Amino acid sequence: MAKADRTLSPAGRLPMPARFQALGQTYGAALALLALIIYNIGFTPFFLNPATVNSNLTQVAPVVIVAVGMTLVIATGGIDLSVGALMAVAGALAPLIFLNTLLPSDYPFIGIGLALIVPVLVAGAFGLFNGSLVAYFKIQPIIATLVLFIAGRGIAQVVTNGRLQNFTNPGFQYIGIGRPFGLPFQVILMVVIVAALAWAMRATTFGRYVLAVGGNEAAARLAGVPVTRIKLAVYGISGLLAGLAGLIAIAINASSDANSVGLDMELDAIASVAVGGTPLTGGRATVIGTLIGALIIQLIRYTLLAHGIPDAVARIVKAAIILAAVYIQRQRRA
Amino acid sequence: MATVSAPSPAPTARRFAFSRARTASLIQRQGVLIALILLILFGALRYDNFFAAYNIASVLRFNSMFGLIALGMTFVIMTGGIDLSVGAVVALGSVIAALLTPYGMLPAIVVPVLVGMGIGFANGWIIARLALLPFIVTLAMLLAARGLALLLANNTSVGITLDPGFVWFGQGDVLGVPVPALVVGLAYVGGVILLRYSRFGRHVLAVGGNEEASRLMGLPVDRIKLGVYTLSGALAALAGVILAAQFGTGQPTEGLGWELSAIASVVVGGTLLTGGMGSVGATLVGVLLLGLILNILNFENGHGFISLSPYWQSVIRGTFLLVVVLLQNRLAQRRRS
Repeated sequence: MAKADRTLSPAGRLPMPARFQALGQTYGAALALLALIIYNIGFTPFFLNPATVNSNLTQVAPVVIVAVGMTLVIATGGIDLSVGALMAVAGALAPLIFLNTLLPSDYPFIGIGLALIVPVLVAGAFGLFNGSLVAYFKIQPIIATLVLFIAGRGIAQVVTNGRLQNFTNPGFQYIGIGRPFGLPFQVILMVVIVAALAWAMRATTFGRYVLAVGGNEAAARLAGVPVTRIKLAVYGISGLLAGLAGLIAIAINASSDANSVGLDMELDAIASVAVGGTPLTGGRATVIGTLIGALIIQLIRYTLLAHGIPDAVARIVKAAIILAAVYIQRQRRA
Repeated sequence: MATVSAPSPAPTARRFAFSRARTASLIQRQGVLIALILLILFGALRYDNFFAAYNIASVLRFNSMFGLIALGMTFVIMTGGIDLSVGAVVALGSVIAALLTPYGMLPAIVVPVLVGMGIGFANGWIIARLALLPFIVTLAMLLAARGLALLLANNTSVGITLDPGFVWFGQGDVLGVPVPALVVGLAYVGGVILLRYSRFGRHVLAVGGNEEASRLMGLPVDRIKLGVYTLSGALAALAGVILAAQFGTGQPTEGLGWELSAIASVVVGGTLLTGGMGSVGATLVGVLLLGLILNILNFENGHGFISLSPYWQSVIRGTFLLVVVLLQNRLAQRRRS
């Protein structure tokens, strides 16, 4: 920490090592991703094969969708541990709706429409619940979202009685296995969401407010930023996106298991955010960085597995990458 | 039990005995303990076998593992940190213990604890020396420890060699008290002494209260951090040893989410995540409270009036955590005003 602190040299330029570090902080993640892609093109057979590309993108899409919501929460200085549980809630509700267990209906397309909308809204409402604990009751985000981390999966298990729900429903499953223009539907969804939130963080008042809340909450409040509403909004968005990811996850599997949908997702999402260069302390955020972070983690795992290295070792490497990324990108003290 | 942060409010005016203010203050300080006693009374009056020796023994046996990791977590949280790696270290500890059972009881207990200490030490070193956030460092360690556990266990559970001493460590009794419960009891007595009567305990609270000031006062902040994470890793691995001894296998996939359950126990006990204050005894009460919920749910189902699937236990635990946190919040606000 202290070394990077050294003042600017008289010419106004950073000394050489510090310049490398500044470079690492700004473009480190993107450069690492580029290096990984180049390495794979050179050394992994069939890497550019459309099937490989599609499968990598398909696997990473739900993580990215959850992780960009997490980025907003972390930008306000918070954290959302409940995302995996909310995926399970949405994943448990959707089949109940389109299998007509909850609302018998003569028109299947209404059931499908409701199954795509209601679970996401329910997850969003749970997100607002998180947000209200943080914003109104001033409960620390870790604890506030721990409540639904514990209870959320329980709710999903209770409504399904812990049973595995199998289904075949092409209309609903389009969200997970649809291929418009030959591209997986959830990858298009991912790109749209990343683009929308990257724009919102860069170009809208909302984005400025989010960063202001995370940078200095008291100052933001004094400056007239609607802190409470911003916090409600980011947790609500995180909940909505988790719900959406839950639907995608069950659509791919053609089954919903409340015990396993979204398990460990909070950790993957937080890791993607951290590797992407958003500090967990809030006040700074990069949505594109989070996309890059998730892609790096996915590609490292793919690369190791493709070269015959066991999954257990891949986890250890992933841990080292997360630490290295956070160390390289750590903020210089102002 | 009283929290060790500010000097406890002296018995100001004794004539206010039984007054409302005094009751409120009692509830505030001992609320969790009162809730635990009420829950135990409820169980004792309602269910015939609640106080049966086997029921008490099984509750203690099962919750001993949570007790150990929550104890380590309490110390980490008191310094203002957090340790997400404990659940994975439990799994790693159980695998190493199971692999070492052919060499006897001693290595099967000691080596996993040493490995846990090593992992905790690594956590502490990275957090203290490289100044990275505890949350992300221990998150990475969670992944690494889980990977190591899967690697050593070859992705499946590892059976133990039936060493009588090792099995006794998980399943035996001393004068009717389960051995794991004794271990936890000793650990908590040690924890209370460490926190209240040792220099280390004072320093832990000082670092959590104000790290910058502690550093300026010349406290060895880095060494204290190394100490609490090492302690947490050692206790988590010990919980893993108990897991292996109790169930007869080392389980590389066990312990998922235990770190968050442990944090919930600590919070229910009343230790603030901001650090600088806390109570070891209150954490034990928090562990027992959350553990008893499952037990009472089982009895209630046996009673026949209602039938709740076991899945309700996480809903009830979550709701319980919510209620406790909201109450603590309210009481804290009232104290401020």
